[in-house]
Formats: sequence, structure tokens, C-alpha cells
Amino acid sequence: MKTKLIILVTITAAIITLFLFIDMGGYWGYILTRRLNKILAIILTGSSIGVSTIIFQTITNNKILTPNIIGLDSLYMLIQTVVVFTFGANTLTMMNSNIHFLISVGLMLVFSALLYTFLFKREGQNIYYLLLVGLILGTLFSSISSFMQILIDPNEFLVVRDSMFASFNNVNTQLLLISSVSVVLIGLYFLRFIKYLDVLSLGKEQAINLGVSYDPVVKRLLMIIAVLVSISTALVGPITFLGLLVANITYHFMGTYQHKHLFAGSIFISIISLIGAQMLVERVFHFSTSVSVIINLVGGLYFLYLLLKESK
Amino acid sequence: MRKGYLLIIALFLLSFISLFVGVKNISPLDLFHLTQDQQKILTVSRLPRLISILIAGSSLSICGLIMQQLTRNKFVSPTTAGTMDSARLGVLVSLLVFPAAGMLEKMAIAFAFALAGTFIFMKILDHIKFKNTIFIPLVGLMFGNIVGSITTFFGLKYNLIQSISSWLHGDFSMVIEGRYELLYISIPAIILAYLFANRFTLAGMGEDLAVNLGLSYKRIVNLGLIIVAFVSSIVILTVGTLPFLGLIVPNIVTIFRGDNIKKSIFPTAVMGAVFVLFCDILGRIIIYPYEISISLTIGIIGSAIFLYLLLGRNAHEN
Repeated sequence: MKTKLIILVTITAAIITLFLFIDMGGYWGYILTRRLNKILAIILTGSSIGVSTIIFQTITNNKILTPNIIGLDSLYMLIQTVVVFTFGANTLTMMNSNIHFLISVGLMLVFSALLYTFLFKREGQNIYYLLLVGLILGTLFSSISSFMQILIDPNEFLVVRDSMFASFNNVNTQLLLISSVSVVLIGLYFLRFIKYLDVLSLGKEQAINLGVSYDPVVKRLLMIIAVLVSISTALVGPITFLGLLVANITYHFMGTYQHKHLFAGSIFISIISLIGAQMLVERVFHFSTSVSVIINLVGGLYFLYLLLKESK
Repeated sequence: MRKGYLLIIALFLLSFISLFVGVKNISPLDLFHLTQDQQKILTVSRLPRLISILIAGSSLSICGLIMQQLTRNKFVSPTTAGTMDSARLGVLVSLLVFPAAGMLEKMAIAFAFALAGTFIFMKILDHIKFKNTIFIPLVGLMFGNIVGSITTFFGLKYNLIQSISSWLHGDFSMVIEGRYELLYISIPAIILAYLFANRFTLAGMGEDLAVNLGLSYKRIVNLGLIIVAFVSSIVILTVGTLPFLGLIVPNIVTIFRGDNIKKSIFPTAVMGAVFVLFCDILGRIIIYPYEISISLTIGIIGSAIFLYLLLGRNAHEN
């Protein structure tokens, strides 16, 4: 296990150095700060998405689901569309980014809290119902936003379109501060729960038998997932399939059920894949596409492969 | 049986109302002495709109019914099986590769993609071990998302995202004479579905039983999928996406009528038409003289009904 982690750390360090120092040219002070910001954003989103997906998959006992599918992505898009639709594109660009960030994160959290409480109130709920209800609401959100997107002026639509795809090109430095603080805080809170996850992965009945108070723990974990996903989405935009890709590579590579190793591995693997995708966007596609499109494409194909492989 | 008559009465009543709702005021009394203007409005806009609503509503609902029967899952429909997303990808490809293509060529390409997408989904279903009823539509939606991300990749590259999404957004206000006639092609497909209804019912009992009863199972499943992909791609090109339609209507009808398709296909068609007519008239009235597009009204009403069905089923199972 130790050697595997060391390999991951080395690759991560190598790719970060490569990303920072490739093609420096002049003005290295300016270039370096910009690239450092990108790296910081990548580390934040990568680790929150990787960790939240693994928690989610342990709770649902299923390796091909991601927390994004409960409709948070569509809700984020709806918020952006509504802002542009009602106040015009200038508002979105001029608005104090901290306030905008807090509003987006807040609304997504309220949504997930409502969804959880509504479904957990019913006796004998099934986690798949939660997902399906979330998905249906997601479809509803996207039909509302697609209705508004048609009415929006094409020039203003460009602003909405930019927020449709995750991008590390224009990460806001102010937001980096808030989000790093919140991710670190939530991470500290989460440390207490790591010990439950190994037991939870045995299944609900086993976990209860072994003395885990299932419902409260799962509720807290779901809230942690919601916070992590909302922060990363509001910071860079939706990347639906990143979690899927990272989590499954992690299970495969680490070959263990101990969550502390899985979490460490997933953080490094998601950083590596995000930086890799970002370098593809910058060097190969020359900014003609976006990170999330590449990740979704690769992740999606990988998902199909997993489905078909599982059957054999 | 009573309910059946009520549905048909509702259908006629709503169709009648639909003809006389609009910015240009035409009252039923005017029918006896139409001015030229009014005559034109009726033939160019109101009648085509009514006809396209009736055809799109009923045929999409029947597609949902067939898919649910073939997959033996009440939550599968063209929207939750990747069919719609694949058709959308087909439209994008036809825009990119053959920009000069007419409606028929576009439809052919969209149809090919929709068919391929649906077949891939069925192949995935064959291979999945874990057949939870809720899990299968989740897989279908994820599959749809993947196809959607390919569409986004090329749409973004060629700056076609807004035009595609506005073209494929379900909306009946753009339906006028000369732009909807393609929908008539789906009528033969629906008649075919009616003729084969009994075989679809048998196929829904599972491969082993169906083969035992002398059915060429594979051929029937393929026929069903072809009908579904064909109708969905026609509707998506002429009207746009109508979310939830193929999901809700068959579910409501089978609650009353059971799983015999021969018995439920006609009520499903009528119910689908009534549902779409109702949503369309609502969308036309709410912010009169403007319109709310049909995919929004169906999306809101449909998701409410769907959640009700889903949670009701949950309570029932426990």
C-alpha cells in the first residue's frame, strides 16, 4: 500500500511541476501566479469530488453512481440562467463573486437538505428513490433553464454557456480563499466519520448489527457530500463524470477496502486526471474545448465499459 | 368503460377549444361566416397545430407503452433510455455534415442515431446483472448524459449549442402549414404497433415464456425498438422534446387497464393526446397573448405526476 501511495505522490508532484514550468517564456512571475491559482483550484475540486464520490458509492453500495446525478448540476445551471435572464449578463460578470458564490452554494445546499428530509421522513426509504426523485427534479430544472435560454439574447447566452462547462481558466482568487477554508473545515468535520465508512461498506444490516447508528451517520455523510459537491460546482462548474472515473480507477489501483487509503488515492488520482485534462485543453485543443467536456467524454466511455465488464 | 367515454369526450372538447384559443380572436359562431383572414388562420396555423398535437401526443405515449412492455420496467421511456439524446446527436451530425440536407434526410440521420442508441441501451440491459427497477432508468439516464456530452463536445466546438437547443425545445407555436407534415409518417408506424400489440404483450412476459409460446422473440423486440426510434426521431424534429410524456401516460393507463397492450393501446393514445392538448392550451392561456412552451408545461405537470406515482408506488410496496 505504501509503495502505491508513493508512486501516486511522485506522479502528482511530477505533473504539477510540468504544468507549472512548461513553456515559461518571459514574465514568469505573472505566469507562475496564474498557474498556481489553477493548481489550487484543481486540488480543491479534485479532492472534494473524489472524496465525495467514494463516500456516496460506499453508502449506496454501488460503484457506478455519482452524487452529481441528484440534480445539483441542473440546479446550478438554472441559477446561472435565472440570474442572466432576469438581470442581464452584466450582473453575472459584475456581481461580487463572493456573494454569487455564496448564493449558489446556499441554494444547492437548501435543495439537497429539502430532498433528504423529505425522503428520510418516509419509513423504509430506499436510497435509489432519492436518486430517481433527484434526477426527475434535475430534468425539471433543465427544462426550465432551456426555456429561458431560448429567450435570452444570443450574446448574453454566451455568458450562460461559459458557466455550463467547468473551466479552470478564469478561477477567481477571492473564491479560492473562501472555498479552501470551507473545504478544510468540512474535511476536519469529516475526519470523525472515516472510521464508520469501512463498516458501512458491508451493507446496512451488517453496519447496524455492528453498532453503527445508521440513519444519523448516513444523513451527516450525505450532507457532507452535498457541501463538497456544491462548493466544487460553484467554484469551477459542473463536471458530472469526474467522480465516476476517479473513484473506479482508485478502487482498481489501490485494491483495498480501507477507506483511508481509498481517500488518499482518490485525491491524487483526481488531481492527476484534472491536470492532464487541463494540459490537453491548453496544449492540444488550444482552448477550443473545455475540461469538463473531455472528462465527461472519457468518464462516460469508461462508465459504459464498467457496465459491460461487470456482467462478465 | 365509463372512463373511456369520458376521455373521448374530453378529447373532442379540448380539440374544439384548442381551435379557438389564440391571439387572433375567432369564436365558434364565426365558423358559419368565416372571413378570408380567419379561414387562413384556421388552415395555416390552428388546424396544423391541433393535428400535430394529437399525433405527437398519442404516438409518443404508445412508444413509451411499448418500451415499458419490452423492458418490463415501468420507468423506461424514450427519454430515460437514451433514445431522445441519441436522436439529438443525430440532428447535430446532420447539421454539421450535411448542412444543406432537407427535413427527410435529417430525419433519416436522426432515426439512425436514435435506433443505434436504443439498441445500445438494450444491449447494456442484457448485460446488467443487478436488475433493480429503479436502477435501470438510472443507467438509461446516465447513458443519455454520455451521448449528450458527445453532442456538447461538437456543439461547443462549432458554436451550435443555442441553435440546437432552441430547435429541439418542445414547442407547438412554430408548427404551421408546411412544417409539420412529416408527422403523418408516424401514423403507419403506430398502426403497425397496433397490429403487433398482442405479440408485444407476449414479449413482455419474458424471453423464455415468449419463445415457448411460439414467438420469434428477437424479431418482435427489434420491431418494437424500430417503431420507437422512428416515431421519437420524427417527433423530435418536428415538435421538439416532450419530456415525461412516454413515461406518465402509459403508467396511468396501465393502472386502470392492466398490461394487455391490445386493450390499453387505444386508451393510451387518447390519454396522451388529451394530456398534451391540455398542457398546450394551458401554456397558451397563462400569459396570454404570449405563450409558455409545451416542454415547460409538460415538464412541470409531468414531473409532479411522476413524483406522485413514484412515491405512491414506494408506499404501496412497503
